Parts: sequence; structure tokens; C-alpha cells
Amino acid sequence: MTEDEVRNRVFEIIHRIAPEADLDRLDFNENLREALDIDSFDFLNVLVALNEKLGVNIPEADYRQVSTLKTMVEYVNKHMPSQAR
Amino acid sequence: MPSLGADMEAGKLIAWKIKPGDRVKRGDIVAEVETEKADIDVEIFATGTVHELLVEPGQKVPVGTVLAKILEEGESAAPAPAVSAPAPERLRISPLAKKLAAELGVDVGLIRGTGAGGAITREDVERAAAAKPAEKPAIAPADFQAGMRRAIAAAMARSNREIPHYYLETHIDMHRALEWLQTENLKRTVKERILPAVLLIRAVIRGLKDIPELNAYWSNDRLEMKESVNVGFAISLRQGGLITPAIMNADQKNLDQLMAALSDLIVRAREGHLRSSEISEGTITITNLGDLGVETVHGVIYPPQVALVGFGRIQERPWAANGMLGVRPVLTATLAGDHRATDGRRGAQFLQALDRYLQEPEKL
Repeated sequence: MTEDEVRNRVFEIIHRIAPEADLDRLDFNENLREALDIDSFDFLNVLVALNEKLGVNIPEADYRQVSTLKTMVEYVNKHMPSQAR
Repeated sequence: MPSLGADMEAGKLIAWKIKPGDRVKRGDIVAEVETEKADIDVEIFATGTVHELLVEPGQKVPVGTVLAKILEEGESAAPAPAVSAPAPERLRISPLAKKLAAELGVDVGLIRGTGAGGAITREDVERAAAAKPAEKPAIAPADFQAGMRRAIAAAMARSNREIPHYYLETHIDMHRALEWLQTENLKRTVKERILPAVLLIRAVIRGLKDIPELNAYWSNDRLEMKESVNVGFAISLRQGGLITPAIMNADQKNLDQLMAALSDLIVRAREGHLRSSEISEGTITITNLGDLGVETVHGVIYPPQVALVGFGRIQERPWAANGMLGVRPVLTATLAGDHRATDGRRGAQFLQALDRYLQEPEKL
């Protein structure tokens, strides 16, 4: 899976969980939760979906590493198990 | 038509979930009702057989209107008991109040009189006129926001008018609680993780066991303590606005059960499937605006409740303890209390208890 494909999967997941979020206006370096007004409950659901769909388990200690779309895509790309690619 | 909050005066029946002849038991969802804040699933508080449906879908009726008749076990059809409050009797209103209502464009059918024998007084009409615009069209999706604002405005205006608030604030070192939670969550799947908000809810519940007069209603000039703790939790809706449904019997739930109940409540609040009891039976409210970056919350109490606990953002701050300066995740917790029900001393004891419980998260 290319980085663009990973980004699209992350987009799909965010869109499903927070359909009101305007992804078109999102700067990839912005704080995701602040820019899209995603609360901690929705954010946890994004992490649940990333785990279920892409096999990536993001522990709480790493939350700061997935605060922007750019870093989240990088993190997922790096930690995605080979069978999910 | 049940009252689903201090601000609600009328509701529109959207659909029946029952029909004459159906067996129903206490707690069953029997109807769907549209209020200015949200669509609500109405529960029934009797067990028996549906005898007659008295209101048609699409009808908007005042709070207290009988919606249906239920026959309890062994009861005949003649004097059937009402599902909800008794139907309004013939309108009792003074000529002056009636004239004023006409001038102000207030629907007297929606006013609950406070005069002798439930008569509507001039003051009742003036209050009703001040509480809402005279023209109040049925809610369409397009003006949902306006309807919600009107409902919030009515409840908050009443709160500010009637409740003498006092406010207390404290800063809580959250490092023990967050470290414990991080370790706990490592043992769980992502789906089973617990949010910090759940620790806060649990700590509030423990604090209320120490200071029970904060879990109460102020009603008819007296404090009415509540046994169960039904925690109203402010939830932001997709279409904008906040609603504060309650986690019912939250004091009987452990952390995992609270997390499950909160998740369920958030999903249903956003889908428009809250139960009527969750809207009308909260005994205290928690407003957690930490997600929005707010540092301190000075909340407005939802009458007839007597307290609101506010939580801001947990943020790293310099923290001095035992002669040492360090950096800690710090939470600002506030209490808005009704001074008719409690005083600052009891409020301060509650915040102390909250802090104490959050320093021993393993005991929550």
C-alpha cells in the first residue's frame, strides 16, 4: 500500500466516524483533533478503526505521534503489519 | 407528554411504537417524541395492556397531556389510568392574564398556572412571554439550531433567575491517574480502552457519596436528596449544540461499565435515540470541555439539580510539591453549587474529595 493509499484509508475512517469533519480544508500538518473538532471519544473510535481495518495498534504513549494527518499516516505506514498491506 | 427537562413546555409525537392490545412493561419504549433539543424515545412507567392511543403522530401537545391509556392487570376499560401526568383540566385563567396573553401572543394552553387551583396568573403569562418568542414554529431540520438555542436559553434563563450560584475551583495533579490509566489501557484492546473522562465521572460519583447533598434536587423550597446517582454528561451533537443526557444509576457501575454506558449514550445522543428518563432524571451534571481546549468551566446548573461539575483541559504545568518544582499534567475542576442547597464549605469538601480519589485511581 502506498502512502497515498494509506492516507485515503485514514480519510475514509475519519469521514465515517466524524462525517461532519471537512477534510478538504484540512492542512496535513494541523492538529487533527483541533482542526476537525474531534473529541476524545471520536478519536478513540478512529484508533479502533485503524486497529480493525489496518491492524495498527497505537498505544496511548504514542498519541502525540499521531496528532496530525501527516504523522498519523506515517505512523500507520510504519507499523502496519505486512498482511494488511 | 412527559417533561423532558425544566425548559420543555410541549412536544410533538413523531410515532407510536405500540398499538392497542399490546402488552407493555415498565421501561419499554412506547413512542418517539420531538422536542426542541432532540428526538427522544419515551419510556412507559406502568405495566399492562395498551387500551387506547389518544394522540396522533404529528400532533404537538403540552407537557402533561395524556398520550395513551394503559390497563393494568385485572383492570377494566372504564376508569383507565393515565400513562403520564393527568390531562390539563379546563383552563383557569384570570381575565387580565387572558388579555395579556392575547397581547403578547402567548399560547395559554402551554402555560402551567401557579395561582390558586392551578390558575394562570399575569406573572405566569409574563414569564412565558419572556421565556420564549411568541412565534414558535414546528421544528424543521433547517431551524434545529434555532430550536435548540431557544430550549437552552429557556433553561439557562430560568437557572440564572432562580438559582443563586456559587463557584469553587481547584487544580488537580493528574499524573497518578493518567499513568495508572495508561498502564491499564495497555492491558486492553484498543476497543476496550477507558477514556480519562470516565475516571473523572467515577471520582465525581465517589465524591457525591461523601457529600450527598450535591446529588439532589431543589424542589418546593426544600432539598430533595437522591439515592441513585444519574450523571448528566454534556455531549456535543453533530448538528451543533450540547445535550446533557444522564448515565442512569452510574453509582452502580465500575469503570468498564461506565465506559460502555458513556459510549452507548454518546452514540445514541448523536443518532437521536435517547430515552426520556435519560433526559429528565439527571441528578447532577458534568461538563467536560477539555477536548475544546478550555482551561476552566464555570457552568450553569440545570434546575432542579443543585450542582454542576466542570472540567477543563488537562495540561502540563509547573507544579510545586514537597519543596520541589516539577511539571505535571494538571486539571482545573470547578463546582457550580446552588447556595439554597449547599454552602461553600460543603462544596470545598467535595472538590477535596474529588482530588483525593484521583490520587488513588486504582481504588476508583
